[in-house]
Amino acid sequence: MDFNLTLVGQSIAFFVFWWFCQKMVWPLFSNILEDRKKKIADGLEAADRAQRDLMLAQEKSTDSLKEAKAVAAGNIDQANKRASQIIDEAKDQAREEGKRLIVAANSDIEQEVNRAREALRTQVAAIAIAGAEKILESSIDQAANEELINKLASEL
Amino acid sequence: MAELGSAGLDAHGVAEQTVQEYIQHHLSFLTYGKHPDGDWGIAHTVEEAAEMGFWSIHVDTLGWSVFIGAAFLLLFRYIGKRATVDTPSGMQNFIETIFEFVDDQVKEGFNYDNHRIGPLALTIFVWILLMNTMDLVPVDWITGLASYIGEHVFGLEHMPFKIVPTTDVNITMGMSLSVFALIIYYSIKMKGIGGFLAELAFQPFGKWMLPFNLIIEIPTLFAKPISLGLRLFGNLYAGELLFLLMAALLGIFQLPAHFAWAVFHILVVPLQAFVFMMLTIVYLNAAHESHAH
Repeated sequence: MDFNLTLVGQSIAFFVFWWFCQKMVWPLFSNILEDRKKKIADGLEAADRAQRDLMLAQEKSTDSLKEAKAVAAGNIDQANKRASQIIDEAKDQAREEGKRLIVAANSDIEQEVNRAREALRTQVAAIAIAGAEKILESSIDQAANEELINKLASEL
Repeated sequence: MAELGSAGLDAHGVAEQTVQEYIQHHLSFLTYGKHPDGDWGIAHTVEEAAEMGFWSIHVDTLGWSVFIGAAFLLLFRYIGKRATVDTPSGMQNFIETIFEFVDDQVKEGFNYDNHRIGPLALTIFVWILLMNTMDLVPVDWITGLASYIGEHVFGLEHMPFKIVPTTDVNITMGMSLSVFALIIYYSIKMKGIGGFLAELAFQPFGKWMLPFNLIIEIPTLFAKPISLGLRLFGNLYAGELLFLLMAALLGIFQLPAHFAWAVFHILVVPLQAFVFMMLTIVYLNAAHESHAH
């Protein structure tokens, strides 16, 4: 077992390689692994956050849906109410219109009746006078008779 | 696993080799150093290499060691530069797996705030793992090619060329002594020189038993780098030696034997890298730990 300069040379190489590894090699991999660890942790955290956000969004959407349903139901109620109100109003109007029409028709009928009665009365008077003339076959005092006939006609 | 054929033929089949020469060839290093006459140059024989003593360098093992370490770090840097957070490529995934494995071990075993320990553990683990893996390359492939080139290009006969750096005790002890230096450095940095010495002198039996404490603690301290380096060296050297013996002695039967031993060795290769890394983490954690109450 003879020692020589090889031992010294190997020792020098040892320290040079150690220095090189420490300066040029170790930090590269140490940083890479550190970065990867950080990236994975960040990714997991982001996933967590996304899941939380999703849950919040779902809650929110459920709430919105409920609200929308309530509003819609309110609208429908209101519409129904308004519709029945319109129908009622229409009915009232129709009823009034009907009444008015009936009143108008009644007055028309009354007028017609009056007119007919008037006509009838005149005709009756004429017929009565004609009849009386026939009966009497004589001239009667036109004026006295007319008074009599008119009295008779007004009694009709 | 190894070059087919018996040890009778050497890597380039020119000269006859005995089993002993074959193994000797595979266990020696391509050495560059200071010859006894003062010149610097390649050692041509084992004897020449031995005469060089301390002032020599194993060009093959240190070269492979530096090459492997640089290749792994540059590859990691290349992939790391192109790495993405969202769409990691296959290679990025693979490196991230290793990174996280090492990072977990450091987080578990090291309880202090020191961002240099992670890179240290990663460097040690991957570097040693790859150096050990060279043991699974068939013993004659690269060595044989190198010997051939050595002989025909550089005129070096029987040029040795070892490709598994961790079978060189210089390499493993170079690393473990570096770790030892870090143990001392961090002990003194965290606890002060007084605290460090107090730990050696006043434990485990209290200050009245100081000599006994020193007798226990000082060998314990020095045993750390020695066991760390020799454990790695011993495991890989034994594995390598067994591959060589099979290649040298078994002829055609070396193929199943190599396969069986390689399967077993695949367990040893990462295990020893892991053990070296874990012990480094544990030792440095202990160096940061303060026993003073």
